[in-house]
Order: sequence, then structure tokens, then C-alpha cells
Amino acid sequence: MSTPEARQFHQDAERLTHDLGHRSLIQKALGGYYKKRDEQRDKFSDWQAARSAASAIKFEAVNHLDKYLVEFAEKLEARGTKVFWASNGAEASEYIASVAANAKARKIIKSKTMTGEEIHLGPALEKRGLEVVESDLGEFIVQLREEAPYHIVFPSMHLSRGQINEVFQKKLHSPRADTPEELTMIARDHMRLKYCEADMGISGANFAVAETGHISITENEGNARLSTALPKVVVTLLGIEKIVPKLEDLALLLPMLATSGAGQAMTGYNTLIGGPRQPGESDGPTEYHVVLMDNNRTTLLANAEQRDALHCIRCGACLNVCPIFKNVGGHSYGTTYQCPIGSVITPHLRGLQSWKHLSFASSLCGASTETCPVKIDLHHHLLQNRRNAIAGKRVWWEKPIFQGFAWFMNQPALYRLAAPMLRLADPVIHAIRGKAFDPARLWTGTRDLPRAPKQSFKEYWKNRHASR
Amino acid sequence: MNISLFIPCFIDQYYPDAGIGMVKILEKLGHRVIYPESQTCCGQPAFNSGYWPEARAVAETMLDAFRDAEVVVGVSGSCGAMLKVFYPELFAGHPRENEAKALATKTHEFSSFLVNVLDVGDLGAEFPVKATFHDGCHGRRELGIKKEPRHLLSFVKGLELIEMAEAETCCGFGGTFSVKFPEISTAMGEVKCASILETGADLVISNDSSCLMQIQGILDRQGKPVRSMHLAEVLSHSMK
Repeated sequence: MSTPEARQFHQDAERLTHDLGHRSLIQKALGGYYKKRDEQRDKFSDWQAARSAASAIKFEAVNHLDKYLVEFAEKLEARGTKVFWASNGAEASEYIASVAANAKARKIIKSKTMTGEEIHLGPALEKRGLEVVESDLGEFIVQLREEAPYHIVFPSMHLSRGQINEVFQKKLHSPRADTPEELTMIARDHMRLKYCEADMGISGANFAVAETGHISITENEGNARLSTALPKVVVTLLGIEKIVPKLEDLALLLPMLATSGAGQAMTGYNTLIGGPRQPGESDGPTEYHVVLMDNNRTTLLANAEQRDALHCIRCGACLNVCPIFKNVGGHSYGTTYQCPIGSVITPHLRGLQSWKHLSFASSLCGASTETCPVKIDLHHHLLQNRRNAIAGKRVWWEKPIFQGFAWFMNQPALYRLAAPMLRLADPVIHAIRGKAFDPARLWTGTRDLPRAPKQSFKEYWKNRHASR
Repeated sequence: MNISLFIPCFIDQYYPDAGIGMVKILEKLGHRVIYPESQTCCGQPAFNSGYWPEARAVAETMLDAFRDAEVVVGVSGSCGAMLKVFYPELFAGHPRENEAKALATKTHEFSSFLVNVLDVGDLGAEFPVKATFHDGCHGRRELGIKKEPRHLLSFVKGLELIEMAEAETCCGFGGTFSVKFPEISTAMGEVKCASILETGADLVISNDSSCLMQIQGILDRQGKPVRSMHLAEVLSHSMK
């Protein structure tokens, strides 16, 4: 039986693939991205060497996580940061809620954090009566629409200007706006007040520097900097894999993230957070917390074959080149992290048997592996997930098919009969193609089949030698 | 050179002309062509579906078929990648791992073999047509083939090659993926075909017949007159 998650994926994918408006919207958005990305890549003296170097940095970090995490935490704690180690999402949410309760916070300003999305942090805090406002424009828009981010980097890329105007008018009671500038101003007006009112800020992190104990955040709107600088109490939530060993590693990783993520040389705002306000400093939060979360990342860490999936810097480049993503859209996956990286890691984070369908929903084209700036072997990991899923639980109707396949392909004499049988069946195959009772309808429903040739290659070879 | 042909099952059944084209070309170049008749399928459908023990059972027949081969040349990028890239993985830790590795080493995809091993360019082919080339993903990304087919096509008299915008974008075939997720597979194929049609070409060429089955299947359903041909057919077009 397929799982509810798989059924939902099939239904949504079916709907989205027929939505040609959606297809052209995404194609257009990504068309601009490809051009800018290529321009930036060309500015590297050797992009492939940069990929290898970036991959080596993350390999070192991930394979010595025990050492670097402790180093990172000690450096932060020395400057007065409270570090909390969370085994799972519930522990992380609980801790962040307790920080809010202790600070008697009521209003929270939040900058973009996919790790927060992963554990549904916003709704968890709202349930406790806290106001949570997303300050990243794209995140803010999807928050108003009460939907999940569509893409890990571009949360609202699926929306037209008209749809954004619509939700602003409805939820913010703003006047009609037609240009991106007008829409941005509406959001900004609304947001400025929220920054000033907020008594707590929450952020994610792009990198965590072990050597110096710094959180690195990279963004284009300045909202993360404001969200972590203005409120008295600030919390940063991050997955344990965000570690890099040295500060100088950022010199490579930040431009690579900007290039792969949005086709920029560098992202607009790059912030390093080293702790709360220090004696003699006049601004910054008085209380700073860092939540280091596992949430099954150590399951992936224990898997030597796929450990490199923890190299991911969440640039979203793999989504942007994935032909599946471009056709089914980000929401169909039903996951925080969309394909291909999402299809690789979600089975590890949330259970293989429930999420294995995502590993099968790939043509294994390898475009993602080719583009990944930290060289994660994405499409081969999908193959491994498939193998592990089937080894754990064979699909009852597939099992006899593949056993039969293996048996048949090992009977060359029987196999030789396939060609004349195919010729015999050919008129029938073509007469019933695409009909409700056509056994090949999964193919012929949308595509024609080739006609059977006059002779197979085996027959050609046999005849050729007979006539010589 | 004694060249053993690797003719994947669907080429054998549906696209024998691609294999025949390859035979003509290799023989014209003066090589002895051998076809080990016990070969059937490389096992990729089972492998890609997660049924590795079943895939291995089929792959063992291939190891037997090509045990004594000097060099193996395959007419499909995808099945070639199965032998070259995935057999060592499929047999990792298995008693026949070394045999799998040996087969991987001596196996070549057809266009890569012609250009990189035999150092061939002009095959004397003539084919006046406006064509575009589709890079099969396995050939392109597992085997790193890109310039080889274009190099060979550049010598075909009368053939005008027009590159499509999405030459390297997957056609959506993906083996069992095409019937497990037909709606996604078809949408990907439609994007591919739109890119092909944009070039105004009358012929789409590839070194992978499985991609062409998908592309031609959609073009035919759309009633478009564009035809498809395997690279080996094009290169042997004017050969007897």
C-alpha cells in the first residue's frame, strides 16, 4: 500500500504538471537565475576546483563534528552565549518557548530559518500565545497565505505579483499595488513597526564557525541583521551540520553560496554574530541563545555511504536545475527540503518507508549532482535510498515482476521468442493504445509506442551469418 | 581490433537499426565485430527500482557473455553507464566484484569509443538534414560524453546541427520512472519537445534510443512531423 505521503505527492504532482501557467512562471523565474549564476561562476578562476575545496571543508567539518561542535560551543559560551543542545525538534521548540517565557516576551520577529520550518517552530510558538512575524519578504508572504515556503531559498517564487497584491490587500488592508517596489514598501512599512515592538528575535544560520564561535548569516534584505540586533533577547536555531572549521572558510563558502543560490557575487548583507552585548558595548541583544539541533542528522552521520548529504549549504541550486521540481513545484513534495536534496535526506530525517516515494520520483538525470557546489552525490544517493527501501520492504506486486524479469532475462532461448511475439502483438498493442483496458496505459496514456521492427538485432545477426 | 557488441534488450527488440548501424561503421573501419549471443538485458530496470539481487542475477549473465571480450562497445549511453559505472557498485563486496570492475574498464559507449579510442572523425557519411542533438543524461553525466557525438556529426555532409536550448535537460524517460510517475515524465518530455521544436530541426539525434523512445512518443502523440534517429544510424546512413 502506498503511504498517505506518497498519495499526496502523486495527487499534487498530477495537478501541477497540468498547470501550464505554473510551469511557465517557474521557467521564467529560473531563466533569470541561470543567466546570473553562469555569469558569477565564470568569475571564479576555476569553479570545479572551488567545488572540490568547498566539499573538502565540509567533509572535514562533518567528519570531525564532535570536535568542532564542542569548540564552537565553548567559544560562544566564553562570551556569554547560552548554548542548548537539542536532540529533536520538540526539545528545540520547548527550549525556545522557555526563553520567551523567561523574558516575558510576547512579540517575536523571526528571520528566515529552514531549520525552524523543519520543526514547525512558528506555529509551536503561536500556540503558546506568542505573536511571530516573519521578516524575510518571501517568508512573510507565505506566512500571510498560511502556506509552507515553496523553495528553500525563494519561498514565494510560485506567486505572481497579482497574488501577492491580493494577500496584502486582504491581510494588511493595503491599497492596490502593481509594482514590486510598491509591494516591498507595503511590507516594509508593516515590518518596521514589528522590529521595534519585538521583545525577542529568532534567526537561523548559514554557517557556524568553530574556530571563533561565530554564527554567519547571509541575506539580501537586512532583515536578519535587524531581527538579531534590535530585540533584547535573541535565539539562533541551527542544525549541527552547519559547522565549518575556520573563519577563513567563509571566504570561499559565502561567495559559492551566493553564486549557487541566487547568481550573486556576494549576498547583500553578511552578518557575523559572536554573542550578546559585551561590557562597554552600546547595542546588541543582552541575552543570546544558540540552539544546536540534531533531529536525526546523526542518523545520516552514521551512514558512511550518504554522510556527504550533511555537506549541504542549503543554496537551493539543485532545486533550480531539477526538471522534476520545475514541473511539480515545491509544495508537492510535502517536505521542508524539496527535491533533490530533500528527496535524499527526508527519508533519513523522517522515515524511509514513509518518504521513499521521493527517491523513486526521479529520472536520475544527475543535473543536481553536477551543479551542487559542495559535490553531494545526490542522484546516486537516491539509488541507494531505493535499494534500502526495497531491502527493508518489498512491494508485493513488484516483487514477482522483478523476479520474473530476472528469470526471463536469464533464459536466452526464451528471450529469443520475444521478437516474434512482439511482432504478433504489435497490431493489438497499437489498436488498444491509451484505452482504459490497455495494460501499457501508464506509457500509452500520453505517449505513442514505437512499432515493432521487421527483425530484432538478434534475428539480423543470425540471418547475416546464415547468408554468409 | 576484436570488438564485442553490447546490444541492450530494447535496442534488440525495438531499435535494431541502431545496432546494425554500429556494426556497419565498425566493420567499415576494419575491425572484427563479435556479438555474444547469450546477452539479454543489463539489469538496469531492476537496479533502478531497488531490486539489486534480481539486477545482479541478470548482470551475472552479462559478466559471462563478455568474460573473454577484448573490448566491449555499447550502443546506449544509459546501459553503457550501467556496465561502466553501476556494475562495480552492484557487485561491491560480491565474489564477482573483480569481474564487474574488469568489464567496466573494457566497456565503452559507441561515440566515445570512436572518438577517444579509435580517434575517428570523418566516416564519409552523407545526410542532408536539419538536425538537433539530445544529450542523454547517463551518457552526458555518468560517462562525460558531450563533444564526441558532435565531433562525429560535424563531418556528415549536408547535415546542419542546430543546438537546442535544453540539450542537456532530461527528457523525462528515466526507465521505470516513466511509468511510475507518468504525469511528471510526460511533463518533462513536453518541455524537451518544445525545445526541440523551437530549433526548427526535422530530425532529433541522440546516442540513447531510450530517450528517443520518449521524445518520439510525445512528438507522435502531438502529431509533430519531427523524426528521431540514433547517432549510429545517422553516421551509417549512406553506408551499404
